[in-house]
Amino acid sequence: MKYQVVIGLEVHTQLTTNTKIFCGCSTKFGSEPNSQTCPVCLGFPGALPVLNRQVVEYAIRAGLATNCSITQRNVFARKNYFYPDLPKGYQISQFDLPICQHGHLDIEVEGETKRIGITRIHMEEDAGKLVHADISEVGDDSCVDLNRACTPLLEIVSEPDMRSPDEAIAYLKKLHQIVMYLGICDGNLEEGSFRCDANVSLMPVGSTVFGTRAELKNINSFKFIKQAIEYEIERQAEILDDGGKVIQETRLFDPNTGTTRSMRGKEEAHDYRYFPDPDLVPVLIADQWIEDVRAELPELPEAKRARYVTELGLPEYDAEVLASSRELAQYYEETVALFPQAKIVSNWVMGEVARALNDDNNRSITDCPVTPALLADLLKLMEKGTISGKIAKTVFDEMYKTGKAPERIVEEKGLVQVSDTGAIEAMVDEVLNNNPGQVEQYRGGKETVFGFFVGQVMRASKGKANPAVVNELLLKKLKA
Amino acid sequence: MEIFDLTIHELHDKLKAKEVSSVEATRAMLDRIEAVDSQVNAYITVTPEQALVEAEAADRRIAAGDIAPLTGIPMGLKDIFITKGVRTTCGSRILENFVPPYDGTAVAKLKEQGAVIVGKLNQDEFAMGSSNESSYFGPVKNPWNLECTPGGSSGGSAAAIAARTATATLGTDTGGSIRQPASHCSCVGVKPTYGRVSRYGVIAYASSLDQVGPLTRDVTDAAILLGAIAGYDPKDSTSVNTPVPDYLAGLKTGVKGLKIGLPKQYFIEGLDPDVKRAMEEAIALYKSLGAELREVSLPHTEYAVATYYLIATAEASSNLARYDGVRFGHRADEIRGLKEMYAKTRAEGFGSEVKRRIMLGTYALSSGYYDAYYVKAQKVRTLIMQDFLNAFNEVDVLLTPIAPTPPFKIGEKLADPLQMYLSDIFTIPVNLAGTCGISIPAGFSAAGLPIGLQLIGKPFGEATILSTAYAFEQETQWHLKKAPL
Repeated sequence: MKYQVVIGLEVHTQLTTNTKIFCGCSTKFGSEPNSQTCPVCLGFPGALPVLNRQVVEYAIRAGLATNCSITQRNVFARKNYFYPDLPKGYQISQFDLPICQHGHLDIEVEGETKRIGITRIHMEEDAGKLVHADISEVGDDSCVDLNRACTPLLEIVSEPDMRSPDEAIAYLKKLHQIVMYLGICDGNLEEGSFRCDANVSLMPVGSTVFGTRAELKNINSFKFIKQAIEYEIERQAEILDDGGKVIQETRLFDPNTGTTRSMRGKEEAHDYRYFPDPDLVPVLIADQWIEDVRAELPELPEAKRARYVTELGLPEYDAEVLASSRELAQYYEETVALFPQAKIVSNWVMGEVARALNDDNNRSITDCPVTPALLADLLKLMEKGTISGKIAKTVFDEMYKTGKAPERIVEEKGLVQVSDTGAIEAMVDEVLNNNPGQVEQYRGGKETVFGFFVGQVMRASKGKANPAVVNELLLKKLKA
Repeated sequence: MEIFDLTIHELHDKLKAKEVSSVEATRAMLDRIEAVDSQVNAYITVTPEQALVEAEAADRRIAAGDIAPLTGIPMGLKDIFITKGVRTTCGSRILENFVPPYDGTAVAKLKEQGAVIVGKLNQDEFAMGSSNESSYFGPVKNPWNLECTPGGSSGGSAAAIAARTATATLGTDTGGSIRQPASHCSCVGVKPTYGRVSRYGVIAYASSLDQVGPLTRDVTDAAILLGAIAGYDPKDSTSVNTPVPDYLAGLKTGVKGLKIGLPKQYFIEGLDPDVKRAMEEAIALYKSLGAELREVSLPHTEYAVATYYLIATAEASSNLARYDGVRFGHRADEIRGLKEMYAKTRAEGFGSEVKRRIMLGTYALSSGYYDAYYVKAQKVRTLIMQDFLNAFNEVDVLLTPIAPTPPFKIGEKLADPLQMYLSDIFTIPVNLAGTCGISIPAGFSAAGLPIGLQLIGKPFGEATILSTAYAFEQETQWHLKKAPL
């Protein structure tokens, strides 16, 4: 490849406030069209916007979590353009004074850490939706649904610091993880809660002068982002190879073909005529507000992962997996608090718990029927030797199905581990007597047969024999 | 004295004494509208059925001993005020059939007091004009001389007071749109401090300048009506949370020792001799009442009109983008495609003055011109504000003419927009500074046309300009003269 790709990303995250940014309407997704509207978000004459301060707080959270400086005097600006999904004929956004600036995120690609600059984060309102569906009463006209109009967004703009599709994905995943950790965005890509536009250009390898960029829109999955960028690299390289010039334009990604097509050129670009919105007063953010938000920031994935390794002694891999979502980490930490054996809990959460949720239609950890308290109880029973590890898994499945306490299941099903040496010894003797050939082999030096004996004894005990006792007795008898 | 001639406070006393009912007062007003409005054209929409229902409710309230200052008073609203269930046109074809689903804050406050709304008043289209000639519903005639304009943009609101087709009205003032028509129709009009009255439910022309205010027969009524609508509104982020004084209680403060400034830039060559004479008489009267008068300077006055026409049009170009034919209002027929829908709808829906201002404002905000026009205008605006603050370090109130001339003839300035724009030269600076002003009747020209006097107060100094105006009114008879209609 003789070209170096340069990528900058603009991410729109829809905030999880209950109400819209400039009115009291609900932000709930998927309601009857235009049922969540009022004169303000319909852009009716005479209606005026009033800022939802929760949005400012969420923006401060995002800024602090991405190492930005917080602008203390914020101004909202009008971005003027005509479109049927834009009720007022302008979008209330921020222009020259965005709430967060000069931040960064560190990403890891192929073991290397790289810092990606964040130019700015600003607050704005979303537009509505056009539905071009063929509706019987309407024919083939377009319909406007303004439920989404005026819902709060943060636009997070990166520096053009990424040099491969993988870096772009790593940055996006990191950002995605952070906004979900912060509890400010539900991260749902399909519903458009986390949307991405990519600015992509090529320059000759070794050059420091960026080429002309194309802006790619309508990309709503991590997979598509990669596809879109890869296609765009190919397209631009072909143009350059043929001695042509890439033109500055906005291109639409088509997920069906995996290609991009021109939407509008530079000359058709809007002149948005930004100016300060006279209906809103500047938002002043005092130091105290910033400090209050900082104090309440959750521990972020990076810090959590590091702590799991240094404080809890978890392997990197476990730490990474457990810290990948705030809910999973919370589940893990709650369990560890009740059963302070970090690695055992990690094995269970990443193993049995994850498997059960996965088999259960990818159920969320937050509604796992086996709560951290119940899981800790189960692990305690195992630790005390009341049940064996093997039985514990059976009990877990039963707990998952019924939500019952482990003690009750153990009792009801008679699963208490047998640690009585006499009873186990009888079973050991029987197994050894019944398998003289294997005994011969073992004594002849083939020690791998030991596992066979353990298995036989466990089977004879229906899994209830205490494995430690079984091991001890088997060794004693075989070596005798 | 007919019922429709009464002031708010006079009618209130009669309602309270049960000498007259609100239904009678409302009927009288509706009959008066029926009788004379065809000559004046002050009303775009009259709402007799609804008004009588409201009047009956007011009478029940009064019978129960629950009477507020505006209970049962027949009032008119400039058609810029959003009224639930009543067509609100803003003087434009684009909203010809627009029936809003909600009431604005000022209107809601009037209704809470039990005021009776008899109809919606004519105005310049989207409040853009100084003569009420840009209305889609035809020009309003000045009741003092039907060949003259009543001023604008709240021309209907002022003409209805002069024609005695409303006891009091509400208007809006962006560059003089309450004060100038009040002056031309010989009534009292107040432009409150920006943020004093909520703009929620008022169709926006220029959001940083628009302000709601009363038009009334006398200063007492202005104090009553302003007191009723003023106050912080959480629905308007630009409304200011500062207590509303009892304007009525403060009216009789007097002017002894009051320092009144005469801005030298407002007493210029070319001022109409009749206007000049009226100002001199007013100055002499204030002196005789014990006020101290002195000259002050507002050095950036000459830039005010240019500044206003950049800021107001820039904001208007954006505020009027919502009239696109998608959700409400006029939509052109037989359209092919989105762009044509926008273009035809707006071409048909807006009149020429509105189009002129949308284009001016779009230009002022466009890339490459923004700094030279919009940003510079904002800087000059700051200087103009500073001029006023400096002057108010020396004096309590400023006294100026409202307009350079008495009312002009209908059609006289239509061909020359610049000449028209200059007729607001004495009122515009007050909007740019965001402070308050009042227009009160101060005489008549040789031709019998009204001349108004402007008193400008400090920000939130409404109580002072009202008491200063009241002192003048007590010594003069101008406000008692009736238009020959």
